[in-house]
Amino acid sequence: MRPFTYSRATSLDQAISGSGHPHSAIMAGGTTLVDLMRGDLTGADQVIDIAHIPGLAEIEVEGETLRFGALARMADVAENTFLKHNYPALVESLQLAASQQIRNAATLGGNLLQRTRCVYFRDGVSDCNQRIPGSGCAALDGEDREMALFGTSDRCIATYPGDWGTALAAFDTSIEIASDSGRRVVDFADFHIAYCEDPARLSILRPGEIVTAILVKATPSGKRSTYIKVRDRQSYAYALTSAAVALEMDGETVIAARVALGGVASKPWRAQAAEAVLIGRRLDEALAIEAGHAAFTDAKPLRHNQFKIELGARTVARAALVAKGKI
Amino acid sequence: MSGQKATGPRMRITLNVNGQNHDIQLDPRTTLLDALREHLGLTGTKMGCNHGTCGACTVHVDGRRQLSCLMLAAAAAGSEITTIEGLQGANGAPHPMQAAFVAHDALQCGYCTPGQIMSAISCIEEGHAGSDDEIREYMSGNLCRCAAYPNIVAAIRDVADATMAEAA
Repeated sequence: MRPFTYSRATSLDQAISGSGHPHSAIMAGGTTLVDLMRGDLTGADQVIDIAHIPGLAEIEVEGETLRFGALARMADVAENTFLKHNYPALVESLQLAASQQIRNAATLGGNLLQRTRCVYFRDGVSDCNQRIPGSGCAALDGEDREMALFGTSDRCIATYPGDWGTALAAFDTSIEIASDSGRRVVDFADFHIAYCEDPARLSILRPGEIVTAILVKATPSGKRSTYIKVRDRQSYAYALTSAAVALEMDGETVIAARVALGGVASKPWRAQAAEAVLIGRRLDEALAIEAGHAAFTDAKPLRHNQFKIELGARTVARAALVAKGKI
Repeated sequence: MSGQKATGPRMRITLNVNGQNHDIQLDPRTTLLDALREHLGLTGTKMGCNHGTCGACTVHVDGRRQLSCLMLAAAAAGSEITTIEGLQGANGAPHPMQAAFVAHDALQCGYCTPGQIMSAISCIEEGHAGSDDEIREYMSGNLCRCAAYPNIVAAIRDVADATMAEAA
């Protein structure tokens, strides 16, 4: 590991002033950062531990806006009874992510900022535009089974690995960010930067900015929501494909739908084409698979990941039917 | 890593491990796992992957199971750490989970066992040992290359059943 200094922030202001340094790294649960530092995948020479800042771990989920403090732990939120009944997709995305040991440490804000699991990024030596801008992308000529179908370019074909972020994309979500000039709130769709746009930047966060909360607009479709994740093994693995679906129904007819895809895109990916197929129609198996295929119409398959198109379509179809069956 | 300094700045921290405070001077890069093993000589906690994927390094941090390889020692200062060495009772008797692992032959080489046991105790405390399927899901962060899984599940189920009977 590259040498660094460690300091513990006791207030948000202290953390913000420290994080303005270009080589500083904000650490919350540490589960992703420690691993990145061990692989020398960050240039950080200052670690600012924000885990002990008071007031950032609370969640309030029963009002007009659900507010998740950035330091809330994944395992704790996954046990929230109100969310289990009213927003199952959010709870399921947390339960199906990582392992309980990691969920006990990892935070909701940190989860959104995890880096790709692309092996050519992680190995520390291959050409990688995320690691060294301009160096190229070794994955283009490599093993691309786990790479993305959406939001790619010849500069980067990596997949955003998060489950929680995918579930959030199925709702009206925004991110609250603090800096020394106050707080700003950005639409979740604008928070992550697709790797095709700028492989070296994961999100719009600037030095000196810290995520303080995740805000979700309350919706009746929360009750009829689910997160389905398909993996190479049944537990403790990243998604090959995943889908978050949230529905509002009038009898058998869909009146509102949100569909988001995971494991197949360079950021949490909303599938509006699938939503358009569902809305206003009677939801049965045939419609569900039609929506699934619509979600992947614009997919750009590579050599080894073509199977994800059909797998992903079926994942969406299953999620739509499971969501319909909730309540 | 070539071209990098072998040592960085050092810092002093106090770690509370198994009820005892330890003042340690260390490099900030030191993980909790390395601090336990290399600074405190508590080698019961094992390094498997050193990467957060195998669970061999599982310890309790303020009563919750976490991976000591993904936690900086400095970040653990102020928390109460429990390791496998901290489980035995005052009379030296093994913890019921340790006894159950022995009774069910829930190990072969034994390398993953301390992590399995720390995780298993939490699995029950969290209320995630209601069925074999639930045990398997909530123990999925602990790999066993010898594949002693059926016996590990049986050991946990035994302790979970005994805990429930006691509570009833």
